[in-house]
Amino acid sequence: MKRIRVLLAKAGLDGHDRGVKVIARALRDAGMEVIYTGLRQSVNAIVRSAVQEDVDVVAVSILSGAHMTLFPKIWKGLKRYGKRDVLLTGGGIIPRQDQERLAKLGIGRMFGPGDSTQEIVRYIHKNKNRR
Amino acid sequence: MKKDKICYLPSDVSGLRYARDLARPGQFPFTRGIYPNMYAGKLWTMREFSGFGLARDTNKRFHFLLNSGQTGLSVAFDLPTLMGFDSDHPKAVGEVGLGGVAIDSLEDIEELFNGIPLAKVSTSMTINAPAAIIFAMYLACARKQRAKLAQLNGTIQNDILKEYMAQKEWIFPPRPSLRLIVDTVRFATRYVPKWNAISISGYHIREAGSTAVQELAFTLANGFTYVEEILRAGLKIDRFAPRLSFFFNAHQNFFEEIAKFRAARRIWARHLRYRYQARDPKSWRMRFHVQTAGCSLMAQQPENNIARTAYEALSAVLGGAQSLHTNGYDEPLCLPTHESAQIALRTQQILAHELGLKEAVDPLGGSYYMERLTNQMEEMAESYFRKIRSLGGVLKGLEENFFQREIANAAYQYQKEVEAKERIIVGVNEYVNKEELWRVPIFKIDPRREREQKVRLKRLRKRRSSNRVRKSLDQLKRKAATEENLMPHILDSVEAYATIGEIVDSLKEVFGEYQEPPSAL
Repeated sequence: MKRIRVLLAKAGLDGHDRGVKVIARALRDAGMEVIYTGLRQSVNAIVRSAVQEDVDVVAVSILSGAHMTLFPKIWKGLKRYGKRDVLLTGGGIIPRQDQERLAKLGIGRMFGPGDSTQEIVRYIHKNKNRR
Repeated sequence: MKKDKICYLPSDVSGLRYARDLARPGQFPFTRGIYPNMYAGKLWTMREFSGFGLARDTNKRFHFLLNSGQTGLSVAFDLPTLMGFDSDHPKAVGEVGLGGVAIDSLEDIEELFNGIPLAKVSTSMTINAPAAIIFAMYLACARKQRAKLAQLNGTIQNDILKEYMAQKEWIFPPRPSLRLIVDTVRFATRYVPKWNAISISGYHIREAGSTAVQELAFTLANGFTYVEEILRAGLKIDRFAPRLSFFFNAHQNFFEEIAKFRAARRIWARHLRYRYQARDPKSWRMRFHVQTAGCSLMAQQPENNIARTAYEALSAVLGGAQSLHTNGYDEPLCLPTHESAQIALRTQQILAHELGLKEAVDPLGGSYYMERLTNQMEEMAESYFRKIRSLGGVLKGLEENFFQREIANAAYQYQKEVEAKERIIVGVNEYVNKEELWRVPIFKIDPRREREQKVRLKRLRKRRSSNRVRKSLDQLKRKAATEENLMPHILDSVEAYATIGEIVDSLKEVFGEYQEPPSAL
């Protein structure tokens, strides 16, 4: 079976990379291939990496509060560059109202403090590859 | 910390010598506290960290908190400010005023402290990479209020080493960053003697996932590094050491946290006295601020966070903190509302006035368990110091990702323990509600604020003398290439209403920018 390829990215200006690093290891331990971009990636850089690395999943961590600006832009970029079938998900400090608004755009679930990495693994297995 | 027993006996502390290892509160090595009568003499400063939106929004919150009985201010800046970008920089899009207050120039600082006499309040500012600039703005604002610099009380965090380790909001490479820190310390020592020009912080190291021992050891190792840098710049130890301050996290393991605070004081006192040969007892005394652990707060059943925060705050008080911030219970969801900020402050007031905590100094001193834990904390920290020395010091360790890796390993370990239910987190992996009630009101920043700030900035750029701005920035660049103290030149630029972005960009031309070493996950 082909391994699931996940691009993990930090967008926005915050430097909180505890969560993204924990998730990178958890996904890897669950048998996925993980590419981590490092901090403060622009929307364009994230979209470019997603295309180049031909990933199944893009997971973006934002704790700065800029999620409502950045997620829709990333989503638009992914679609523009032919990644319509990619699962865009993520996490951070994201109020439920905002999560619902992002879901309406077709963006996947947002995870937050207290959510387990195993739940994230299950979620990715269930929702990746709608291609 | 792994424990090998659950009952502690006199034999566990048989090596402890009272006069050498504990002594009375207020006496070397200050294990029991830095003042003889601690809170019976003066309560800790209640200092709630706050900042959001534009300067005028935060100014309102400051007035609200001061009217609620808060005794010191603490400013949270937004990410563009922390990173040295103006609000109209492309990288600031969507971030202006969100995680803190947006500050571009002296004009904003003037509005932030409007109606607040800077000669009378004490203000702590969580600012690191551009700390010298924000400090200069504060000083310029105070001057305009006709306050004397020597009257000013407060703190700038100004701790870049823990940024490279943990919080990761950096601008310049380590060498020029350390130079800016030394410059602010020298300037403050001379002209703003009551100011803490640095707050050496373990808080963020812990939030990034470290253990209590790592928080303690890495913070103090950073502290020693600053001491050595400032000594190398020619200042005498007793001139600046009394103004070095610290900032720790109060996390979940109650007794370990208290032991960490006690051990921190003892280690600092010993090193300052014996290793750095400080003579003034004030140089030996470690003063510190504590914030309850943001990362211990859960989005599930968020009201439970009020209880978590209260216990963490209690450990800080039993550990002898000089000032304290208690988190808002809604912070895993959003910035705190007025109401949750007030509950957080009330939590401290309950501790201060209802629990009898003022009645005895270091009430846990002499407990077999507490003294054993304190000894272990010290021993384990010392073993980290030896390891760091063998790596060639903190800067070398950073280059080799030593600290970053240690912290990430601990964070992953913690998460695995939670998921294996070796650690129970109420409402998260046990006692879970099927239906999240989620009644918590969400604090929202008006997205129009960003545009408003950009307009404000544009108007400022038109109004000020661009000639004076250019001249001051040119001068700053020239001086940045020399060894002269940059503070007076940053002050000139600030007073010409140069923006934080303009000043940072000028310095970047000379200093360059930091690149994180590529990390193995």
